[in-house]
Amino acid sequence: MKRFAELLDRLSYTPARNAKLTLLTDYFRAAPDPDRGYALAALTGGLGFAGAKPAMIRGLVEQRVDSKLFRWSYDYVGDMAETVALIWPPQAEDGDAGAGHPPGLAEVVEQLSRAGRVEAPRLVAGWLDALDADGRWALLKLITGGLRVGVSARLAKTALARLGEVSLEEIEEVWHGMAPPFVALFAWLEGHAPPPQIDLRRAFRPLMLANPLDEAELARLDPADFRAEWKWDGIRVQLAAGGGEARLFSRSGDEIGAAFPDLMAGVAFDVVLDGELLVAREGEIAPFNDLQQRLNRKKVTAKMLADYPAQLRAYDILFDGEDDLRPLPFDARRARLEAWHAQERPVRIDLSPLLDFSAWDELHALRNSARENAIEGLMLKRGDSPYVAGRPKGPWFKWKRDALTLDTVLMYAQRGHGKRSSLYSDYTFGAWRAKEGEGEAGEELVPVGKAYFGFTDEELLQLDKWIRANTTERFGPVRAVRAGLVFEVAFDAVQRSTRHKSGVALRFPRIHRIRWDKPAEEADRLESLEKLIEG
Amino acid sequence: MKPESWLKVTPRGLYCEPGDFYIDPHRPVGRAVVTHGHGDHARPGNRAVLATPETLAIMRKRYGVEAGGKLDEARYGERREIGGVSLRFLPAGHVLGSAQVVLEWQGCRIVVSGDYKRRPDPTCAPFEVCPCDVFVTEATFGLPVFRHPPDSEEIAKLLTAQAQFPERAILVGVYALGKAQRVIALLRRAGYQRPLYIHGALQGLCDLYRDFGVELGELRPATGAAKKALAGEIVLAPPSSLTDRWSRRLPDPLPAMASGWMRVRARARQRGAELPLILSDHADWDELTQTIREVGAPEVWVTHGNEEALVHYANSLGLRGRALALIGRGDEGGEEEQGGVQEELET
Repeated sequence: MKRFAELLDRLSYTPARNAKLTLLTDYFRAAPDPDRGYALAALTGGLGFAGAKPAMIRGLVEQRVDSKLFRWSYDYVGDMAETVALIWPPQAEDGDAGAGHPPGLAEVVEQLSRAGRVEAPRLVAGWLDALDADGRWALLKLITGGLRVGVSARLAKTALARLGEVSLEEIEEVWHGMAPPFVALFAWLEGHAPPPQIDLRRAFRPLMLANPLDEAELARLDPADFRAEWKWDGIRVQLAAGGGEARLFSRSGDEIGAAFPDLMAGVAFDVVLDGELLVAREGEIAPFNDLQQRLNRKKVTAKMLADYPAQLRAYDILFDGEDDLRPLPFDARRARLEAWHAQERPVRIDLSPLLDFSAWDELHALRNSARENAIEGLMLKRGDSPYVAGRPKGPWFKWKRDALTLDTVLMYAQRGHGKRSSLYSDYTFGAWRAKEGEGEAGEELVPVGKAYFGFTDEELLQLDKWIRANTTERFGPVRAVRAGLVFEVAFDAVQRSTRHKSGVALRFPRIHRIRWDKPAEEADRLESLEKLIEG
Repeated sequence: MKPESWLKVTPRGLYCEPGDFYIDPHRPVGRAVVTHGHGDHARPGNRAVLATPETLAIMRKRYGVEAGGKLDEARYGERREIGGVSLRFLPAGHVLGSAQVVLEWQGCRIVVSGDYKRRPDPTCAPFEVCPCDVFVTEATFGLPVFRHPPDSEEIAKLLTAQAQFPERAILVGVYALGKAQRVIALLRRAGYQRPLYIHGALQGLCDLYRDFGVELGELRPATGAAKKALAGEIVLAPPSSLTDRWSRRLPDPLPAMASGWMRVRARARQRGAELPLILSDHADWDELTQTIREVGAPEVWVTHGNEEALVHYANSLGLRGRALALIGRGDEGGEEEQGGVQEELET
């Protein structure tokens, strides 16, 4: 555990990619099996412990630490795992009844994954007693599943590729057939064993991703080289079916099929499709909000299935039976996709149509006209592009529609967490409306959203200063401020909401500009937001 | 007579009424008693100053003729009578010359700790426990999340990085008074014999420490050294230099920072440290609570830092805890360190 804790600690403070790769590669080289395999699983999000919830950790610390001291400490530190790691009372140095030996990483993973709800807290408490502050931090990060040390799965795999002197693509190909603690993988990378043989037919294939379009670049691109599709506002999925089995993967390769029995029930064919998962009623795509009702569900009720029916809108085909179609150009794959769809006529799967255009202007107009719920903008794909894992520059672009903007007034500010724990960095803003209630005259602000990004570090310092100087009331970490600062807020859509007092909710709100110059009275009214509600 | 009737909190600082003097006043006064040389305690322009010889030397070095009108030295343990109040200094273990102030008047003894720590420090005299009726303590690290690890572990981290990156300079941010000399002395104790490179702003106080007999080994100016020559070397500079243009003279510098605040990750990141070293000249939570128990005072006054938690602790022991909220010692647990003057404070 000590070596793993050191790795996480150094990674968390090291911003440079190359230095991170060195730390990771050195660790994989030096750490033994199965520790390093579990570390790899932890870094790539492949470990989960049902019995070790943050609430359980909190319960443990509350038995040992004065509640006031804990609360003040948490307010100060701003991170639960870190607070617990630091505040956990040290064991008496001389007492023989105290701590045992510090656990190894494999010991923690193996014992905890076998432990039940009753046993887990006892195990964790014993380990916390035996570890030092850095070890406790690593343990808590590990078992609550949020390492957040700035290492993506891709970076971890890149380190593996370096270790074994193979390409990243070779790692990606075998990755989804492997499982922790990855002993066969390391044996191959260190040259002790042949490449792992895995059944690729129902394995996840890394997705091909698009780059945001720089509109200035359009002039240099020939419209004839590109195909256009709507960019759907659902979630990107891969449906891998064959041999009587089927799996639905999210874009990161997590299996999510269990939450979508309605879609999966109809799958009885042998292809791998790339597409958008959506909720649709009688051909009409529902807002993203509706899809959210279906995501991350362990249990799916009949009512949920009826209210929010799932659908796959396919836009690419990667395998047709045994045929790997990925090396083919997009146009050829599209023809295969259409042919397969016409022959198979699958239920709950339709095709994302290709859009007709001959000049960029036409496409531009098309993009601006699209204000439907389910459309985020356009996708541009080169007709000759093979399906390549990752985000290659050039073949695919996403061209999001312009955001909507609105002038709002800052109402409340809350201290951030982590790096921003000393700054008021989370903002609630509102729009004007006529005061409600009998005999009330004049205008009042009503909150319409919350945002915590879209400004520079320097602006954050200025905002923090303004908030401290204009506070009217304090509620714990939140300050109410006088109506005196206008935020131009950008957002993708407006939806009706029963959760907010204003009755509206913004999708993807972010601070677009801080209007230090604009008087608060001139900010927008709630009615202008209501006009933008869709659906 | 109640202690607060003769030692009072005023806008200028702690004021001893029968003796007519202030302790660490933050604005110029007639007579000041100064606990140690850090800028938030020792300010220029007082008409008369009483402090240890080391503290006065530090004040003269920094402020020149502005150090004060009449400068009066008192060694540790030397007793003075001021307006019927007996006063003496005891070592506080914070930095060279740092002192607690022991006040006695009409049978009541108040100890004002100034800033202090309890762990051994090769660059200054160790803290002495003095039983008293009122203990006035700092609380910079007055939360139970602050438990500084052993110094040797932090120095080992620094030496590991130095060996790991032979092509880079390890740039350690240190406050000019106290931290710089302590990090140097600790490196020497760990057997590190290579020359250490220092920023010009550290030179004067390093010389002063040497004049008082503290061994620092070979120090070389970092300014003027060839860039290549600094690869694989340890360079010490004030914290602001970590992200300043000054650091561009170094080969791919790895920014380290030596401070008790490095215990909290958000603070370390705020500072831009890639190698946080938890080395503090202030007492951590365990040292604060240990000291409160050892001095045995029925009353504990807390001057600055995270007062509420330490007051809460004192109350839980059945003592009378009181937060003084002194002006000029920063608010909200250390945001003050963003300011320029504060470069040397709160570490």
